[in-house]
Amino acid sequence: MSANFRLKHLLGIRELTVDQITHLLDTAETFRDVSKREIKKVPALRGRTVINLFFEPSTRTRTSFEIAAKRLSADAINISVSTSSVSKGETLMDTARNLEAMAPDCIVIRHSSAGAPYHLARSCSAAIVNAGDGAHEHPTQALLDALTIREHKGRISGLKVAIIGDVLHSRVARSNIHLLSKLGASVSVAGPGTLVPPEFAELIEQGVRVERTIEDALVDADVVMILRVQRERQTDAFVPSMREYAVHYGLHLRHLGLAAPDAIAMHPGPLNRGIEIASEIADGGRSLILDQVTNGVAVRMAVLYLLAGAGKRQNGKNGAKERKERSRK
Amino acid sequence: MDSARINRALARLASEIVEENHGSDDLVLVGIRRRGVPLAQRIADKIADLEGKRPPVGILDITLYRDDLSTVGAKPVVSGTELPGDVEGRNIVLVDDVLYTGRTVRAAIDQLIDFGRPRRVQLAVLIDRGNEHRELPIQADYIGKLVPTKKSEIIKVMMTDFDEDEGVVIVERPAAEAAV
Repeated sequence: MSANFRLKHLLGIRELTVDQITHLLDTAETFRDVSKREIKKVPALRGRTVINLFFEPSTRTRTSFEIAAKRLSADAINISVSTSSVSKGETLMDTARNLEAMAPDCIVIRHSSAGAPYHLARSCSAAIVNAGDGAHEHPTQALLDALTIREHKGRISGLKVAIIGDVLHSRVARSNIHLLSKLGASVSVAGPGTLVPPEFAELIEQGVRVERTIEDALVDADVVMILRVQRERQTDAFVPSMREYAVHYGLHLRHLGLAAPDAIAMHPGPLNRGIEIASEIADGGRSLILDQVTNGVAVRMAVLYLLAGAGKRQNGKNGAKERKERSRK
Repeated sequence: MDSARINRALARLASEIVEENHGSDDLVLVGIRRRGVPLAQRIADKIADLEGKRPPVGILDITLYRDDLSTVGAKPVVSGTELPGDVEGRNIVLVDDVLYTGRTVRAAIDQLIDFGRPRRVQLAVLIDRGNEHRELPIQADYIGKLVPTKKSEIIKVMMTDFDEDEGVVIVERPAAEAAV
């Protein structure tokens, strides 16, 4: 264990060290117990404020962050785009500056533009957590997936993971590829040719296997991750029809036969039943979809605790001063 | 304090606990991480010798209940809490190595209460550094040894579970640290 965690923001998995990832997962494991108690609350973040700033619709992730903050006794405030002054024309930076003036300890942001959280992190003294930025990264999803895999397989190193579907538009896939390969898993991706760019092979140093068919990717896989068809990101334009997608690229029970006998199936949700995933898989014995959701709360508790709680003094004690200096520049 | 004296102190604590609680029924020993845990185990062993029945032992990790979160360093490790069964209506004896300011015990009591309503909560410590250091109205019910110390001193409790040797020593706080 290294002596120092030192993480001010959680913007992407790509920037994290193996040590930091492991520490986040270890911490999340202990937080899982808090949610099993009768009183599901610990005072660790009492008096801290967490703002959930969501520029894209979300039920699971936003609720998960909100529950995580509340189980740590932080005050959680949710802002979603339809009810905010963004719809009155305010820029991201102005929104952020105004929120910052109310001294939150942590801002959780989801935005349709890749890089928005980085932009925020450069000008805010609050800890920034990326809850999904465009097609770029979704770090807490990758962490909760890793926690779920570790829970069921006991390890990540040496596993074969197949990621199936709309890889092109998926920030979940990107974050998972970074995390899983950092921890020593081998990752292969497959889906419709238009949605699985060959450049993905060079996304990371160790390389990702880009397979031509989903069958090739599935052979002997220990973990099968099925991605959501992201119709809100114009996936429709990349495939002839949803029906055709379901027939050729949707995951059916027979596909699982190609994977390892004890393979597990995962999906980040929300499900498009009958399109990318057959109900027999989603509701079947191999599916860990609901475990993923449960672990999501634990992972987000760990992230908030490590970013907004412990070590805060080194980070944000002079927040107001820093802010003033920055605005002078 | 060497290994033999620690052992004798723990034996005395065990018999005092049993006497005060009229036996070991409903008794639960709860060790505070880290060094309270092996101490609680050893007191439980000694109670088993006396009563023929070993009381259950739980573990409390008070990290999430601390009031000095921001000063505990950049990489806190949360190790988790394990309590055997229900605390409701039980006689709980919290076990820790050193009683100093009382803040750890405050956090432990707060956490314990979140798990239910014990009938009674008592405190057993191997070393009590003396009342003058207390920052909260907390005292121990069972004390292995009272060691009046200065603020500039540190009590080091070593247990074979974590350290090479076993024993209790008083060391001078390094000058740089003392200035803080």
